[in-house]
Amino acid sequence: MSYQIPKFRHPDLPLNELGYTRAAYEGSISTLCAGCGHDSISGAIVRACHELSLEPHKIAKLSGIGCSSKTPTYFLGKSHGFNSVHGRMPSVVTGAAMANRDLLYLGVSGDGDTASIGMGQFAHVIRRNLNMVYIVMNNGCYGLTKGQDSATADEGSASKKGDANPFSAIDLCATALQMGATFIARSFSGDKEQLVPLIKAAMSHRGFALIDVISPCVTFNNTAASTKSYEFVREHAEATGTVDFVPMRQEITTSYRPGARHEVTMHDGSVLRLYEEEGSLNPFDRRSAMMALMDHQNDGNILTGLIYMNKNSRDLHDVLQTSQRPLNQLEEGELCPGNKMLVNINASLR
Amino acid sequence: MKPTNIKNPEYFHKVVDCQYACPAHTPVPEYIRLIAARRYSDAYMINWYSNVFPGVLGRTCDRPCEPACRRVRVEEQPVAICRLKRVAADNKDDIRERLPTVPKKKNGKRIALIGAGPASLTVARDLAPLGYIIDVYDNQFAGGGMMRSQIPSFRLPIGVLDEEVNYILDMGINATFDIEVESLKEILDKDYDAVFVGTGAPRGKGLNLPGLEDARDHVFLGIDWLASVAFEHTDKIGKRVLVLGGGNTAMDCCRTSMRLGGEDVRVVVRSPFEDMKASPWEKEDAMAEGIPFFNNHVPKEFVTEGGQLKGMHFEKVEAHYDEDGKRSLIPTGEDLVFMEADDVLMAIGQENSFPWIERDLGIQFDKWDMPVVDKVTFQSTNPKVFFGGDSAFGPENIITAVAHGHQAAISIDLLCQGKLVGERPPPMTNLASQKMGVHEWSYDNAVAPDPRYAVPHAPLDQLLRDRKLEVELGFDAATGFKEAERCLNCDVQTVFEEVRCIECDACVDICPTDCITFTVNGPEEDLRTRLTAPAKVLSQDLYVSAELPTMRVMVKDENVCLHCGLCAERCPTGAWDMQKFLYNVSGTLS
Repeated sequence: MSYQIPKFRHPDLPLNELGYTRAAYEGSISTLCAGCGHDSISGAIVRACHELSLEPHKIAKLSGIGCSSKTPTYFLGKSHGFNSVHGRMPSVVTGAAMANRDLLYLGVSGDGDTASIGMGQFAHVIRRNLNMVYIVMNNGCYGLTKGQDSATADEGSASKKGDANPFSAIDLCATALQMGATFIARSFSGDKEQLVPLIKAAMSHRGFALIDVISPCVTFNNTAASTKSYEFVREHAEATGTVDFVPMRQEITTSYRPGARHEVTMHDGSVLRLYEEEGSLNPFDRRSAMMALMDHQNDGNILTGLIYMNKNSRDLHDVLQTSQRPLNQLEEGELCPGNKMLVNINASLR
Repeated sequence: MKPTNIKNPEYFHKVVDCQYACPAHTPVPEYIRLIAARRYSDAYMINWYSNVFPGVLGRTCDRPCEPACRRVRVEEQPVAICRLKRVAADNKDDIRERLPTVPKKKNGKRIALIGAGPASLTVARDLAPLGYIIDVYDNQFAGGGMMRSQIPSFRLPIGVLDEEVNYILDMGINATFDIEVESLKEILDKDYDAVFVGTGAPRGKGLNLPGLEDARDHVFLGIDWLASVAFEHTDKIGKRVLVLGGGNTAMDCCRTSMRLGGEDVRVVVRSPFEDMKASPWEKEDAMAEGIPFFNNHVPKEFVTEGGQLKGMHFEKVEAHYDEDGKRSLIPTGEDLVFMEADDVLMAIGQENSFPWIERDLGIQFDKWDMPVVDKVTFQSTNPKVFFGGDSAFGPENIITAVAHGHQAAISIDLLCQGKLVGERPPPMTNLASQKMGVHEWSYDNAVAPDPRYAVPHAPLDQLLRDRKLEVELGFDAATGFKEAERCLNCDVQTVFEEVRCIECDACVDICPTDCITFTVNGPEEDLRTRLTAPAKVLSQDLYVSAELPTMRVMVKDENVCLHCGLCAERCPTGAWDMQKFLYNVSGTLS
């Protein structure tokens, strides 16, 4: 059993604009089961952060409880981290984001942590459009407690135990649409070509960005009768289109394919390009997104890619008109301006 | 690309860079693991079967394995393979019981070996246990050839050489020493079934410069002078010594001079320092003894006065390289440099010499007066006469001579059995899983940065007083273990079985050196640009699988694979497995 990843790296690894290789964004060696989809998502997060040239100390990764919530140990080893209470990660992010708006908040959760114990927190953090990326590592089962069906397991899907799930599934993307999320995507742990640009786009989006990533549990839910197995997802995934993401500082070169149907300039100046199949959904229209989700569900397929995005999203700080300077950087004199200021305020209210 | 055929023994052989680079293809990682396990005798025997002289080579090998070592591609210094071999030799038990037995009843075939150097002795060792009657003829008083005459005792103690030479001579070899073979015809007339010529490259090259006539008493050929020191005919040299040449013989000459009374010993070389032919460690050891190198100095003449050598004149040059890297030395136009000298040693090269081979014996010679020798069978154009070692293709090194000897022995055995010498036996290979448990391997798969350990040296003042005192003390057991642990176990191969793969990407994500990619197939030049990390080292192969269900292939760049086994540990289906690949060159003994 290996407890450490060797320190040697490929001598020709590309450097990003900060002069870092991908190694600067890695974490400890994973203790998840071999072949777990979550490890691939960790790998995609590492790649996205490296390609975006993010400063590791400007990122906070937060999680709840579950296999998924262990993963922040396995990426971004030089970033801030908070492993919180089961299903309560959104509250902790809310507090942190209110105190320090300068960090990039990356919440990692699972289907149990989000759709069961954390459902209430999930709904409300979406309503408030907190500026964060919320990645659900969705395997349709409780892997950490021997693979019971979770709330996102499809009706009729069977895990290793063999019994078909009798209950209907919570579709996290549809729920997020209903709750007013401003960025919604679905992807598959086994498809980094799609997942990495989606993570990059989510990180550049201002407001709440959900990525529901189907991530097979190789130990308990990678069976022939499961709808969250590697094989089923590969056969039934239908992408809304492909996505290219051009970071702000990167010069737009001709190496990007022409023919994008949409080109969206994000808040930070980067560009999101969507190449869509003719006649598919309009990702800027909530109703169209909902229809597409329903249609695919009815056909027994899984819609992946960017599902919805609000180009004019206003996040919680915008809505609350909070101070541009992070709260945690304000001095006591600014936070408690003293009696004279209180007298002035009281006077203005008379 | 087509799927890689891992059944071809050469594919995985090439991944074991050290073994592949070794002329004798010694299974290096296998014996290094045994050293780490303190099984020195077992490690020694693996070496002995493969390279015949582990104790000698552990001190003197040219080590083509080390520049090839994978560690160089992820860290600065290779594993000290050569010095680990010595650890096995120094710490082994008495292994005589383990040597092959020689049948009392001979097979009736008589073989003559001319010269008793590493090539001939290898032939003797490979054939004697099969019952061949072996007659060796050599012009020195004891066996070993250039290992005895040219390698100074401070690098190779006589005891070590005697031990390994005697393992062979004790196999009932009929050795005739102190005899100069002056006619191959005479040997052939003795009706041998085969004759092997392993007479080395015995003639030192000299420089016929103005003034040589008067200076002759103080100008020596390097290899002859070293032999005369080794055989104790010479025990002193003048205070001021000029050594001409930049190869290993020059290094041995200058260091020996320091031990025989030389005080101002200089190495003077035509070429720049970087181009000197001497092995880097030989240069380092000479410099460590305080010997200065004068590079870019071309010898012009011996300066004499009244018939006495006073010194030499040198012309200063600069090296220029054309587009093809071809070098020319262009004089700088400065005045000639004068260096005082009592004695001059010329170590500028050596060559073959076959005045004793009659030209009407059916042995064809080429335009450089070298015998025409088959590169695989070592047979000359006279089917009964074989050549090996330096006498076959010019000066090389001990390990190459040993490799030649093995192949010549196979040829001689085939010839004597009436078989075709061109039909070579295939290598013997074995591929076996090293899995011991869910995440357990039979080898130490953890890989950590760890700089190479230095071999300790005896104190310089003692060394310079005693030319027989060995410079290197060798690794002690503890350091030997640490150095052995630096080996990356490149013979434990990553074997991929596509039918088991579910394309979960776990191996891609965990691989610390980004060796693995799943992508659409294409021509090699194209694939090399599309991998997780660019595969720029063309000499290192790509391992390509058959097509997977998603129409992609697995491509692994062998270049910087650490053989850490993490891909196999993180594989949920056992599509990756770590399997030890043993590759043994077929020989007559195995």
